Amino acid sequence: MGLVLLAVIWLITLISSYFFVAKSWFPHGASAAAPWIDHQFTLTLVLMGIVFIAAQMALGWLAWKYRDHPGAKPVEYSHGNVKLEAIWTTLTAILFVGLNLMGSHVWASERFEPAKPDAVKVEATGAQFAWFFRYPGADGTYAQTSAKDISAEEQNPLGMKMEDPDAKDDVVSGVMYLPVNREVDLTLRSQDVIHSLFIPSMRFKQDAVPGLAIHMHFTPTETGDYELTCAELCGLGHYKMHGMLKVVTQGEFDKWLASKEAEKQ
Amino acid sequence: MATTATVHAHAAPQGFIRRYIFSLDHKIIGLQYYFLALSAVFVGMLLSVLMRVHMVWPTASIPLLGDIKPETYVMLVTMHGTIMVFFVLTTAPQGGFGNYFLPIQIGAPDMAFPVLNMLSFWTTFVSFMVMLAAFFVTGGAPNHGWTGYAPLSAVPSAAPGEGLGADLWIISIAIFCIASLMGALNFITTILDLRAKGMTLMRMPLTCWSWFITAILGLLAFGVLLSAGILLLLDRNIGTSFFVPGGLNFTGRLAFPPGGLSSSTTPITHNGGSPLLWQHLFWFFGHPEVYIAILPGMGVASQLLSTFARKPIFGYKAMVYAIMGIGILGFVVWGHHMFMSGMSPYTAFSFSIMTMAIGVPSAIKTFNWLGTLYKSRIRLQTPMLYAISFVSLFVSGGLSGPFLAQPVLDIPLHDTAFVPAHFHLIMGVAAIFGMFGGTYYWFPKMFGRMMNERLGQIHCILTLVGTYAIFMPMHWLGEAGQPRRYSQFTELAYLQKLLPMNEFITYAALITVAVQFIFVFNLFWSMFKGPKASDNPWEATTLEWTTSTPPPHDNFGGKTPVVNHGPYEYSVPGAPKDFIMQTDPPTAPAH
Repeated sequence: MGLVLLAVIWLITLISSYFFVAKSWFPHGASAAAPWIDHQFTLTLVLMGIVFIAAQMALGWLAWKYRDHPGAKPVEYSHGNVKLEAIWTTLTAILFVGLNLMGSHVWASERFEPAKPDAVKVEATGAQFAWFFRYPGADGTYAQTSAKDISAEEQNPLGMKMEDPDAKDDVVSGVMYLPVNREVDLTLRSQDVIHSLFIPSMRFKQDAVPGLAIHMHFTPTETGDYELTCAELCGLGHYKMHGMLKVVTQGEFDKWLASKEAEKQ
Repeated sequence: MATTATVHAHAAPQGFIRRYIFSLDHKIIGLQYYFLALSAVFVGMLLSVLMRVHMVWPTASIPLLGDIKPETYVMLVTMHGTIMVFFVLTTAPQGGFGNYFLPIQIGAPDMAFPVLNMLSFWTTFVSFMVMLAAFFVTGGAPNHGWTGYAPLSAVPSAAPGEGLGADLWIISIAIFCIASLMGALNFITTILDLRAKGMTLMRMPLTCWSWFITAILGLLAFGVLLSAGILLLLDRNIGTSFFVPGGLNFTGRLAFPPGGLSSSTTPITHNGGSPLLWQHLFWFFGHPEVYIAILPGMGVASQLLSTFARKPIFGYKAMVYAIMGIGILGFVVWGHHMFMSGMSPYTAFSFSIMTMAIGVPSAIKTFNWLGTLYKSRIRLQTPMLYAISFVSLFVSGGLSGPFLAQPVLDIPLHDTAFVPAHFHLIMGVAAIFGMFGGTYYWFPKMFGRMMNERLGQIHCILTLVGTYAIFMPMHWLGEAGQPRRYSQFTELAYLQKLLPMNEFITYAALITVAVQFIFVFNLFWSMFKGPKASDNPWEATTLEWTTSTPPPHDNFGGKTPVVNHGPYEYSVPGAPKDFIMQTDPPTAPAH
């Protein structure tokens, strides 16, 4: 049995380790933060991987080496070793806390400072079970919204107050358009329950919480179509609350926005 | 302390009902908890199988149940998590094994409050019945996940299961909290008051330490969940606004399928509540709950590793301090569930550092388990296979913690399959391996017969391989961005590519579930047909092995044990046998 257990633990360790490093499972990263986040992940993976392999290999080996059999050596009576214990504890503490500090600047840069003034403003609103994206137009101001003005028939899914002068140039879209290499100043809202805007390729995720307007910013760095979805359980249609992010050149973005403005008139 | 103990002794009961149903005997109550958890684990497992099947074959029709609709799927998600966390992981290790063996291991005739003990079991039982009732009401069981995030859980029109089913769910959990508070009080008092002469705190087996700290966690955590549950009930039923902000809209205009929800707008009159308040209250309970589930497993693993390695546990004191450290730190890390929630990004820093810190005592435990095996002489009997597997699972599940503890890595990983991979390995599978190990180890004491060794070994190896096959690939799916709690993967192109790996997991789950019937067969067959067990079949040292098998009503047959040794005196040089029992006379070298 000792041999079987050793074989099983070692095999599981080797196969798992292989799959962790055989390919990068992350989707292609296409935002400014992606390389930093991926780097931090890789660093964590390498360090934890070393501990994982060492601990599992040691466990399997000890279980086999010190199994009770006719030729087994007598037990070495011991209640432990304080010095070894202290070394191990200190090393673990340094490893864990150090790892944490290394990753913190990425977190800080996207959250502790506001978006740059020239960032493109977009508001993402989650509702069971769709995402809506609103662009404030030339005035840079979003119109007021109210739950009682929400109407599918009048094509006002966000419930904008139409008498508000800011409403004139607000554009609402089911597809998220963004210009490449320009920061986006994103405001997240929800109409009903908690949703979470998840754009894997942008390494972006943030809950949209009813009653709160949450500000985030990120910068797409490659043009292309990227799927976006909902990551917080929001009800029966959670699995189909998805959409598309289209990252385009600034020229194409301006043209798209202008055509949406024209549609409104 | 012995005098206190005699005060609490009570006469052996007469008649079937007083003996086996409304019993005051901690051993019977322990078994009642154990079998309640065993029933619950099969309900929870059945739900998970239905989930796995629906995920990869969404159009498949299930015999007797028919098609699984999306709202049925989120109902399965909710009930699987709730039943497993509350009625299995909280109930079996503490209520089951703790109840049965804590008094015996410290040399007490019973728990401190036998009537309270009986009440806490029957309250738990009522709670489970109320929980199951949620399946059968209009709209079915709730759709809000075991975490019950508001407003989804607070507004009845938010989803089909958020009607009466959600009320029953909250009521069930509130009853469960009351039961757990009674239980925790009893455990703490018993340990502090009823220890036998010579059983100092630092001579207690590590199982007792883990039950002790778990009880303290329960006492502090369940009160908070109870309050949160009451507030949620008020929000739902009498129009308060603790968790629901103003200006919500549930028109059902985008509801799926059409007509599935009422199309008329339910006016939401709430105003001023905070969805984040629920999350803070829930996780203030929820994170200590993780340790309530796993600490007893860590205690059992320590007990088994030392016993079957025939060697004292490596660093007993460090193990005790590590349990305490985990218990204390467990109360200051709840915010790591909320990095993406919209709470202040500054607080994420402190929660993250504390979370990394809690990894340190966990690492100490792992190191000491390996140290215990070094230069030992391991008897690879079934309980030991489980203890070794426990360590393997604890390492695997633990090492994904430092990924998720970093807010920046939560950006890609939060709410993806990486998270279920992490917590299933460490608090689900590892904890259940602790229970399996405990079952095979203590079965002879509980039932007077031995379980079948060969079946036990086969069950252990197959379950270990099976659970790794289920949960390891979830890490990779999570990295690839597969969100949790999706009923099917048909809607997004990148998820469809991950379908083959999901199918693999489903097959692994079906096989692993089938393997569990080996355990059930072994359990019930051995209960009646297993070979008779001696009083101390594993040649172990702790007090439960000094008494007869099964133990008499007052545990020690009128005698009061006197403790002279620490709990893990194996292979002491110069001793006549390779183990010194805790009650052996102090002539042998004491430690």
